[in-house]
Amino acid sequence: MSEKKKVQRRDFIFTASYALGAVGVGAVVWPLVDQMNPDRSVKALASTEVDVSSLEPGKSITVLWRGKPVFIKRRTEEEIAEARNVNIKDLPHPEKDEDRAKNPEWLVMLGICTHLGCVPLGDKGEYNGWFCPCHGSHYDTSGRIRKGPAPTNMEIPKYEFVNSNTIKIG
Amino acid sequence: MSDHNYVPSSKLGKWFNDRLPLLTLADHLKEYPTPKNLNYWWTFGGILTFCLMTQIITGIVLGMHYIAHVDLAFDSVEHIMRDVNYGWLIRYVHANGASMFFLAVYIHIFRSLYYGSYKSPREVIWIIGMIIYLLMMMTAFMGYVLPWGQMSFWGATVITNLFSAVPFFGEGITNWLWGGYSVDNPTLTRFFSLHYLLPFMILGLVVLHIWALHVPGNNNPIGIDLKKPSKDTVPFHPYIVIKDLFALLLFLIVFAFFVFYSPNILGHSDNYIEANPLVTPAHIVPEWYLLPFYAILRSIPDKLLGVIAMFASIFILVILPWLDTSKIRSAIFRPIYKQLYWILVLDVLILGYMGAMPAEGIYLLIARVATFYYFIHFLVILPLLGKREKTLTVPLSITEPVLGGSPNPQMVKKRELG
Repeated sequence: MSEKKKVQRRDFIFTASYALGAVGVGAVVWPLVDQMNPDRSVKALASTEVDVSSLEPGKSITVLWRGKPVFIKRRTEEEIAEARNVNIKDLPHPEKDEDRAKNPEWLVMLGICTHLGCVPLGDKGEYNGWFCPCHGSHYDTSGRIRKGPAPTNMEIPKYEFVNSNTIKIG
Repeated sequence: MSDHNYVPSSKLGKWFNDRLPLLTLADHLKEYPTPKNLNYWWTFGGILTFCLMTQIITGIVLGMHYIAHVDLAFDSVEHIMRDVNYGWLIRYVHANGASMFFLAVYIHIFRSLYYGSYKSPREVIWIIGMIIYLLMMMTAFMGYVLPWGQMSFWGATVITNLFSAVPFFGEGITNWLWGGYSVDNPTLTRFFSLHYLLPFMILGLVVLHIWALHVPGNNNPIGIDLKKPSKDTVPFHPYIVIKDLFALLLFLIVFAFFVFYSPNILGHSDNYIEANPLVTPAHIVPEWYLLPFYAILRSIPDKLLGVIAMFASIFILVILPWLDTSKIRSAIFRPIYKQLYWILVLDVLILGYMGAMPAEGIYLLIARVATFYYFIHFLVILPLLGKREKTLTVPLSITEPVLGGSPNPQMVKKRELG
């Protein structure tokens, strides 16, 4: 019986075959899984330029970037004040308005509710910012979550002012 | 069982059957001993098979005319409705057929809950059934996306975003599901591919479901084990076949009512607006058959916990055979369970209604209470009740209450012990 416990040449061959087989299966399965990931043609559509010269204070426009809506809001003085006069500790996801809108007049963010991806409605909700009709998330004038099921503030994409009239997103 | 000794009468039949015993299988299905007290709640298995075949046949035909592309999908569906010969009929049968399929499957599931059909020795039948149910929900969801209307698009967005609740990998998973950074053309084409595939996987599982059923045989309204074949059973053909066909006929009247008189009542009018990624409709509502789960998702204020609760509400059904500790199958002999059963039915209906209402105020409160009760029913009440409930005396055989019958030795033993 003790003979059986000894590691034999055959055991080694079995283990090596299984291991190689597993690697082979993995190598075959990976392309089938990875084909579903965003491909290069999708990734290539990375940036969008937007002319914002016609935007009045208090108004906002929505542009499409990577298939997602981006809100560009020109905020009024009151809205800026409201966003900046908040005690950071009261926020579910504490972020300073100064960090979200470097130029306080302009708020550029992904118009996607961080709960389940709906597009929130502007100038609505209990905090005068945005309100998501799907599951009732309230955002303030800085796009920060204040009430409802969304876990985080609306995302700020990478953007820059190419000149005083044009914003480049991405 | 008789089919082991089956010999085809014709020479050709015998020659063929020796090489592939298909005739033996046919004979088994024909002679399959069935409890003679099965009521009409047992006819939904046959109805569901009919529903699946209807969906597959109409679906294959629709696939000949539908174009899976974001610029063409919506128009191709309108083309089916207006131009294709009988296209309106085929699409309405397919769309309402999905609802009828779920109507039948819910009756089938609740029949099983009432008569304890999920209990030993039928746990595997139940689990396969639950996998079928899960695949049905996935198939229906992806099918609803294909017309590329507003509800299609935003329903797909909300449901795929459920996976963004997964810690760390959430974004990677959603991007992988979408094939991009939002629901878009790659999402539509893969949903079409999978929507075509999954019904055939369901078909395969249905074969396993029936195979697993034919090992212990049918449960029955009084939920006792039967000796097969015996005075308590009748052959499947012609008795059950005729009864199933009659029930199917009644079911088809309901089906035809929806298709011909109110084909859009179960859908949402927003889906006749082409998908627009910039505008979310004011009320996103899933199809009626998913509403109870949607209510559970929304009743929990935390994103991750809401998603977990929703998946748990389905998974809990899979492990039901081990949560219900009662050895008595049928609710007829469980006076307390019988009442709790109807409360559960009511609870699920309330959840369904709340899923269709906006998630605020009194609706949200009721949805939370109903969600809480749903989990309490399965996780607390059923395990405890099975050990404490005083059950009624179970008959020894189906014929016993009337004729004295021939008792099942197992049941006699149990009664003597009890």
